[in-house]
Amino acid sequence: MTLAKRTIGVAVAAAIGFAAAEGRAQDLAIGLGASVTSLDPHFHALAPNNNIAQHVFNSLIEQDENQKLIQGLAVSWSARGDDKWIIKLRPGVQFSDGSDFTAEDVIASIKRVAWVPNSPSPFTIYTKAIKEAVIVDPLTIELRTDGPYPLMPNDLSNFFIVSKKFVQAPTEDFNRMTAAVGTGAYKFADYARGDRIVLERNEGYWDQKPEWKKVTFRLITNPAARVAALLAGDVQMIEAVPTADIEKLKQNANLTLAQAASNRLIYLHMDHQRDATPFIADKQGKALAKNPLKDLRVRQALSKAINRDGIVERVMEGVGVPAGQLLAESFFGTSKNLKPEKYDPDGAKKLLAEAGYPNGFAITLHGPNDRYINDARVIQTVAQMWSRVGVDAKVEALPWATYAAKATNQEYSIFLVGWGSGTGETSSTLRSLLATFNRDTGMGQANRGRYSNPELDKVLGEALKTVNSAKRAELLAQASEIGIRDVGVIPLHYEVSTWGLKKGLKYVARADQGTLAMEVTTAK
Amino acid sequence: MTVFMVRRLMQSVVVLLVMSVIVFLGVFAIGNPVDILISPDADQLERERAIRALGLDRPLWEQYFVFLANAAKGDLGRSFVFNEPALRLIFERMPATLELAGTAVVLSLVVGIPLGLYAGLKPQAATSKGIMAGSIVGFSLPTFWQGLMFIMVFAVMLGWLPSTGRGQIGTFLGIRSSLFTLDGLAHVILPAVNLALGNAALIIRLTRAGVRETLLQDYIKFARAKGLSHRRVVGVHVLRNILIPLVTVVGLEIAGLIAFAVVTESIFAWPGMGKLIIDSINQLDRPVMVAYLMMIVLLFIVINLIVDVLYSVIDPRVRLQDVKG
Repeated sequence: MTLAKRTIGVAVAAAIGFAAAEGRAQDLAIGLGASVTSLDPHFHALAPNNNIAQHVFNSLIEQDENQKLIQGLAVSWSARGDDKWIIKLRPGVQFSDGSDFTAEDVIASIKRVAWVPNSPSPFTIYTKAIKEAVIVDPLTIELRTDGPYPLMPNDLSNFFIVSKKFVQAPTEDFNRMTAAVGTGAYKFADYARGDRIVLERNEGYWDQKPEWKKVTFRLITNPAARVAALLAGDVQMIEAVPTADIEKLKQNANLTLAQAASNRLIYLHMDHQRDATPFIADKQGKALAKNPLKDLRVRQALSKAINRDGIVERVMEGVGVPAGQLLAESFFGTSKNLKPEKYDPDGAKKLLAEAGYPNGFAITLHGPNDRYINDARVIQTVAQMWSRVGVDAKVEALPWATYAAKATNQEYSIFLVGWGSGTGETSSTLRSLLATFNRDTGMGQANRGRYSNPELDKVLGEALKTVNSAKRAELLAQASEIGIRDVGVIPLHYEVSTWGLKKGLKYVARADQGTLAMEVTTAK
Repeated sequence: MTVFMVRRLMQSVVVLLVMSVIVFLGVFAIGNPVDILISPDADQLERERAIRALGLDRPLWEQYFVFLANAAKGDLGRSFVFNEPALRLIFERMPATLELAGTAVVLSLVVGIPLGLYAGLKPQAATSKGIMAGSIVGFSLPTFWQGLMFIMVFAVMLGWLPSTGRGQIGTFLGIRSSLFTLDGLAHVILPAVNLALGNAALIIRLTRAGVRETLLQDYIKFARAKGLSHRRVVGVHVLRNILIPLVTVVGLEIAGLIAFAVVTESIFAWPGMGKLIIDSINQLDRPVMVAYLMMIVLLFIVINLIVDVLYSVIDPRVRLQDVKG
């Protein structure tokens, strides 16, 4: 009798406890590390905004956690001839307001991308290759281009589809949530600018519904405060865990971490263009006869003098991967033959001597101090390593807000930047950082060192016209080898992103550093 | 009084104009917003297009006069980052900051004046010495570290209060504020105390110094001699006379709390104006930076004016008149 009572008691308590846990288990709160500035998916091509938009809107093609292309609102895509792509759309998809998704919504979205006023960074970079978009039938569209354009699927994975009803809706209507109607897994429930974004599960979602009914994204940009919010249990997940806290969180029995190597390369740009570069001189401060960075041996020496394993282990506290090329080997278009340059100070000294600088020279290394993980400490470390091979290096770290414009205006000689490949291929990195700068074609648009190599341009140009994936991957690998062996840039490391979660949750860590509530599940 | 006000208003307009030039030049010198805002994938042509769209291709003086002309109509520009009017963004954040600053000021007064009075009236007591020592600690602690410690102790270790953010918002008499809900109050305690500590310490010291000085004045001796109760001497004669320096300092403190609660707001992820301005600086959102700084200049002008008017209320000897130097 007492036993039975006790059993019932335990069962009831368990049931209540379980029900309570169940009630809370439907909700998820996530602490984000960067400000989300708009709910309009076409206003500003900015990672934190896209991250939120991905919950509510879909693209035609989507990227999985390794940035491989997968079906989104399109079920198939294929090139036809040299200047057409045929896209088949997913049938039976509805927007959260109940209207059907058709080819007209795709056309409207392409139009809106080009229309949206006051955009500081429009999404037209992903739609400009589309010369014309034609509706073949309600679920098929044909995209016409000027000549072969193999990157069309990657571009289509980078902008979102909105309902045709809102083709002319201004950004404010999206921020007020009246126009923010999508086909995604979630709907917007509340938006308090600068504070939080609340999402509610879209019960009519066409794909597998996520586990969480209500998701609250809290904007906690201060890293220490974000960690504290996780420790206090106010949020169940945070992104961008500071490297200094990782060890501590690992030892906490209530928490677990998720990590993934990202698509972001941290590298050094060098001035390849000018004969007299502003921040290099001999050790007495007198100008040099020529720019030493134009000599391959000097560039190789600077690369050899860097102990990448040391940087990753000490400065990055193990959270990083030494880099030997433009993207980690698992990505599309990388080369199997490129490994991180070995730390070889003696070899570096020898190369410097051969190049005519047996006593080295003096250099100022520039970099941001609030942009990439531990950026200022990385350049300090690199400078010390260079000093050991006889290159007197001074360091100047600036806030990104002032640094970015100066770097773009080529005001530096050698400087640290990061590059994340939004398409998940080396084509993005090659085209932006190593192709010869050309204002009109848009090649080399972020080539701040003005590296130029006709051989690389030729192979890359061919790759960018090759629709066959295997062939293109090979050409891109070849172009990477040319650029890296010629030390067009000095790769340092790939960033690793870290998420912190409450014990019992699981996150499929993403290479694009995105934080998606759909991918958070209760560990079984 | 009227002459004083008119003159003061004219001075204010000049101050605003001068500030607008300084702010404009300063903001211009930091860097080019397009380099921060534009996607790294964008090419040169896209970049030039964005520069035109934001009106940054025009010369600085032209941008300035466009700004002035619009400002005269009450339009301080449109945020590059949010694509909404800068003033709307600022006013949207204002309630959060006001409730934080207001709570902090009330806390620092409620704690500061009584403790300061006590320490001033009984300077030799051990408690008074304790209060004074405590006040030194109070304003020496860096807000940043102190805020993190509060979170660690009260949110992480004890779990009594939420760590960050603004709580649920309630409506009372048509005003929407998080101070009207329990959840909201729980959220405001830590950041408000964090802001209040330094100010309370300052008020304690000011009050104590004022009391010590006033007690020696003839009118206090006279009041005592008249046989007035201790309570009345302290409550009326002393308190009223120490109010003048207090009002000046508290006025400036309020303005400072509203304008520059940046550190506390970022540590506690409090969605106020301080967080807005720091984000805007990082993203070089020029219109918001300019609008914000103009608003703050205006705020300081208004608060100083109120302080001056309060002087004449507290101390009838002070006349607000046109003083010619």
